[in-house]
Amino acid sequence: MTFVLQIAIDAISLGSMYSLTALGIGLIFGILRLINFAHGDFITIGAYALIVPAAAVVATPFIGTWPAFFLIPAIISIVIVIALMTEFVAFRPLRGANMASLLIASFAVSYVFQHIIILIYTGRPKAVNVGIELAQHIEFVGLRVPAIQLVSIGAAITLLGGLALFLKRTAYGVQMRAAAEDFETARLLGVRANTVIALAFAISGLLAAVVSLIYITQTGVLSFRMSLNLVIIAFISTVIGGMGSLFGAAAGGFLVGVMSTALQTVLPDDYKLTRDAFVFGFVILVLIFRPQGLIVTKAVRERV
Amino acid sequence: MQGMGPIEKQLRRIWPFASLALILLIIVVVVDASGSILMQRTVAEGLIKLVVVVGIYIFMGNSGVLSFGSIVYMMIGAYATAWMTLLPSLKRFTLPGLPDFLIQAQLDPLPSLILAALLAAAVSFILALAIMRTNPIAISIATFAAMAMGYTIYNNWERVTLGTSSIIGLPMYVDMWVVFYWALVVMAIAYMYQISRLGLALRASREDEVAARAFGVNVYMQRVIAFTLSGFVVGIGGVLHGHFLGILTVNAFWIQLTFITLAMLVVGGQNSLAGAVVGVIVITAVTEIFRQLEKGAEVGSTLIQLPLGVQEIILGVIMLAIMVFRPAGIMGGREIPWPFGPPKPVRGVRSQSLEAGAGKARMGD
Repeated sequence: MTFVLQIAIDAISLGSMYSLTALGIGLIFGILRLINFAHGDFITIGAYALIVPAAAVVATPFIGTWPAFFLIPAIISIVIVIALMTEFVAFRPLRGANMASLLIASFAVSYVFQHIIILIYTGRPKAVNVGIELAQHIEFVGLRVPAIQLVSIGAAITLLGGLALFLKRTAYGVQMRAAAEDFETARLLGVRANTVIALAFAISGLLAAVVSLIYITQTGVLSFRMSLNLVIIAFISTVIGGMGSLFGAAAGGFLVGVMSTALQTVLPDDYKLTRDAFVFGFVILVLIFRPQGLIVTKAVRERV
Repeated sequence: MQGMGPIEKQLRRIWPFASLALILLIIVVVVDASGSILMQRTVAEGLIKLVVVVGIYIFMGNSGVLSFGSIVYMMIGAYATAWMTLLPSLKRFTLPGLPDFLIQAQLDPLPSLILAALLAAAVSFILALAIMRTNPIAISIATFAAMAMGYTIYNNWERVTLGTSSIIGLPMYVDMWVVFYWALVVMAIAYMYQISRLGLALRASREDEVAARAFGVNVYMQRVIAFTLSGFVVGIGGVLHGHFLGILTVNAFWIQLTFITLAMLVVGGQNSLAGAVVGVIVITAVTEIFRQLEKGAEVGSTLIQLPLGVQEIILGVIMLAIMVFRPAGIMGGREIPWPFGPPKPVRGVRSQSLEAGAGKARMGD
């Protein structure tokens, strides 16, 4: 029983990280049909912002030494600014381009970000200790769980809840949902494109910043490609959940997290490393049998 | 077509292919004459990418569906040729998971290339059968998921691929001229396909799927055919890659290569063969120029030297700029026009890309 509970907590905490990332990607994809590969670099930048920009092998913490009360808002603001700048410089001029051009643009942005990071910090991985106190295990319903797992679950629930309230209760939230479902009709009804898109990027920056803090606390290693796998999995999650549905993206993230942890437990040792192959296989099956995703919105239908 | 002799008609018909072949020939001859081995290697690498990009173009350009996971067929081709051409004594130790007939096999370059490309085609055919029924967005993501799956499997299939280590000892018969010949073959395949009945049907579905269906085009079948042919050609690219470097790592066939090849196609203009070729030439040239500048180059009497690492940033910015200013790519969906006499489109070759203009009208701010 404890074993099952332990696995369940692992699964949910992994799922929360996937789901926060998936939401950041799903939000942008829903509105712009842009697969934002640069989202991973938002996460990476959030983590690198913790240390002094220098090529030195040993990282010197900078913002990383601040108390959490200042540290968290600082990282969040940095990433939001980066996300807004990216939208303004790279994606706004491309508004309405086809999916391939948008994808290449986001690849190009990501490429530029990664090489700027290499230029400043070098390509070597660096160790950084943030939130060591969270790595300690705490007693929780008879289990010993790393505190960070509980924190990430808590962060996910708070953010998802907050976002849900924002989307349901505020005028901008409703506009954003409308835009994610059918951007053109929403605009005809008076939704301001620039405002909604900028807001979407700001929210995706916020989500990326939180993910980067959780991620760096868990792994403690900075590298310029640290979030590539995370982004790929998160993107896959939005697909499973149903593209254009924000609830679907979050649910898809949890589902993939649970599935990965379950496979990790169930698969024989020889196949553990190929776990992701099963996840991707599942994605293909979903795309074949339910191309609209597990949660359906109108947005997926072809716009004629 | 008044006053046009039959010869001119034929010439006009093959001109879009011939002109591109001519451009490549000039590049290869000049570089060969320069005698610089480094330059020859750069051009050979560029031409291998060209084979792959033309392969991706066969599906993506003609169908208008973004193919996000084509590099996996390059990987399949490359490893298949390694299985068939490595020394049997070597394979017995390093790749014990191979079936016996593969361990015994030591094929010549050509049969090995064709068999390897056929394997890539077979895999892409099976995937296509499964996924081509869904909508275009789902298809592009499914191709990506399939690539991620293939990558994960090859990365962990130690007994057959050596996993994360490298396979070495592939016969290195590929040089610049060999790649050049194959590039011509592949471009000819792509061009013949796009002016064939099949290619035209698929292009019709790209412009307007509903209308194409109404005219009796089986869009599903056409996409399957194009995707299979595309897998075959990309597979050839993988084989050439393997025998050019003599060494294979699974890691090489992942996001980085996907990005650069897709970028070449989209920057050149994904809707025409000329776009694919021009994209490869432009990106390869830009990369090479800035790589030289990074080493330091003398322009006139002043030495220009870029700080290390700036090259990639500039490349990214240039690609972004091309996307912003020419969203339909450098060629904008056109082939190279016939330079002698009035422009008279050869049947089926010209295909105006409406995407850029229509897109602007759709969402422009």
